[in-house]
Amino acid sequence: MAEAQNIPVGSATAGQIAVAAESTVATRMSAPPSFDVADFPVPHGREEEWRFTPLERLRGLHDGTATATGEGVKVDVQAPGGVTVETVGRDDARLGKAGTPVDRVAAQAYSAFEKASVVTVPKEAVLTEPIRIAVHGQGGVAYAHQIIELGAFAEAVVVIDHTGDAVLAANVDYLLGDGAKLTVVSVQDWDEKAVHVAQHNALVGRDASFRSIVVTFGGDVVRLHPRVSYAGSGGEAELFGLYFTDAGQHQEHRLLVDHNTPHCRSNVVYKGALQGDDAHAVWIGDVLIEAKAEGTDTYEMNRNLVLTDGARVDSVPNLEIETGEIVGAGHASATGRFDDEQLFYLMARGIPEQEARRLVVRGFFAELVQQIGVADLEERLIAKIDEELEAAVA
Amino acid sequence: MATLEIRDLHVTVEADNATKEILKGVDLTVKQGETHAIMGPNGSGKSTLAYALAGHPKYTVSGGTVTLDGEDVLEMSVDERARAGLFLAMQYPVEVPGVSVSNFLRTSATAIRGEAPKLRHWVKEVKEAMQRLNMDPAFAERNVNEGFSGGEKKRHEILQLELLKPKIAVLDETDSGLDVDALRVVSEGVNRVRDNGQVGTLLITHYTRILRYIKPDQVHVFADGRIVESGGPELADKLENEGYEAYVKGGASA
Repeated sequence: MAEAQNIPVGSATAGQIAVAAESTVATRMSAPPSFDVADFPVPHGREEEWRFTPLERLRGLHDGTATATGEGVKVDVQAPGGVTVETVGRDDARLGKAGTPVDRVAAQAYSAFEKASVVTVPKEAVLTEPIRIAVHGQGGVAYAHQIIELGAFAEAVVVIDHTGDAVLAANVDYLLGDGAKLTVVSVQDWDEKAVHVAQHNALVGRDASFRSIVVTFGGDVVRLHPRVSYAGSGGEAELFGLYFTDAGQHQEHRLLVDHNTPHCRSNVVYKGALQGDDAHAVWIGDVLIEAKAEGTDTYEMNRNLVLTDGARVDSVPNLEIETGEIVGAGHASATGRFDDEQLFYLMARGIPEQEARRLVVRGFFAELVQQIGVADLEERLIAKIDEELEAAVA
Repeated sequence: MATLEIRDLHVTVEADNATKEILKGVDLTVKQGETHAIMGPNGSGKSTLAYALAGHPKYTVSGGTVTLDGEDVLEMSVDERARAGLFLAMQYPVEVPGVSVSNFLRTSATAIRGEAPKLRHWVKEVKEAMQRLNMDPAFAERNVNEGFSGGEKKRHEILQLELLKPKIAVLDETDSGLDVDALRVVSEGVNRVRDNGQVGTLLITHYTRILRYIKPDQVHVFADGRIVESGGPELADKLENEGYEAYVKGGASA
């Protein structure tokens, strides 16, 4: 039986909660998906997919004026033995297999990149160490394309770490062979001026498991489009996200899980904390269950914790169901405020204010951080959360 | 010996763009080992006294003094008051999502005691205290006050009282919303702490029922923002029989 629910717990929030009226995923886009930037008109900001985004802060990524510079980003890949790391030209057959750009910036990135990076894990290889991809901004403009391909029954963890300053538009493709297991952690730990717009396309093979953990701390504008579709039945996708939006930052996560194949599962959990004036987090969670996708089981949730006045959250879960023959489908969104009463209660037990805040925010993120399974990264994220909180009080 | 001294305490709140005086000169001394019951009708300011002592930001002290062993409590922040030995068991404990009871208790005990309790001893200490309050061990893994029943919230408050061992405990309507069994368990918890002779207790209540379990040394009647009558336990019996009517009328005509 299908169950769809939306629970905005808005009574105590300082932020704003927007819950969209039901509308179809396809009709909300101003143009159909395309690899060619010319197929998308330059957005003016009132389109459904752009209405939350500050176009004037995209530094020209959306209107063709951002020209790639030689020193955009530096990419360093560390991979355990057996993994192939290649740089390929635009004619490589694997390009674009996982998905097609859905908006003008993704199409711009696809039209403008010169070389793509491809990381391949051969079939049945089970990696014991993560593949680490460091993307370090050098202050310029870059268009990039990254492919990560796992052969059948391969297992890997990939950590993509974004640091430094850059204006970056990218497409990242994940191709999972049958029975493959891929965990990808994408960390956006940019310097404060960076602009990062990217589309992630995962194509999940038969009985394969895809786990995506998106962690966004830094940048001036970060707008990510994690998308999943299935190449065979029995596929599973878990999309986790964690963001910490500070004063003036715009962090936007727009997800789509396209249940285009029967008997697949998906689970989406995104959590964000916001603090400071004009901190703006946007979460769009689209789940589409196509008519042929019988036996689908899906749930998506977004939680936001507003730590101070002046922050804004737009959270829009959207579940579109074209068949009733499913196992389950649900969604929930809630935005709450870290309020003075909580602070008073903890402090009345002797806990200093700073520690009280830390306790609550760590607790809020704990279940997600524990999902990562990469010890040094978990520690770094907790340290980062603490650092963000300290910066806020100082 | 720890002593809490409240002298001519005046407290105001902001409501509807106006400043309203709630406490109009409270005088009270609570010493370690003593139990004082403060009784009064709704709206008399009893809870305001409790929250003002703990330092809730909603209340402004407009006059008077509060000292704990001579130290100026009103100069202290909320957490400093707790670390100085003041404990408030709240009438409406606050939910803290994402923070487990066990994490909360340990963080709190670490703050109050000035060092982290040794893990092995601590686990045992908490387990035993929970057993005495008839609390399921699984309780420790739940989030603070989230989804707790009224009785669970109050037991959790008294659990903290037992673990944090304050010098002065203010119990704000701890009896409200409890059935007889829960009231007995909670009262026994308070009595265990009192029996150590190390705590001065300020028991704020609307009803005399809890005083059958927790025997006060002194009873004070609170009306219109101040203590209007003080006496021994027999004063509670009088209130039981006659109610607050006499005091409410007196307050209204004053």
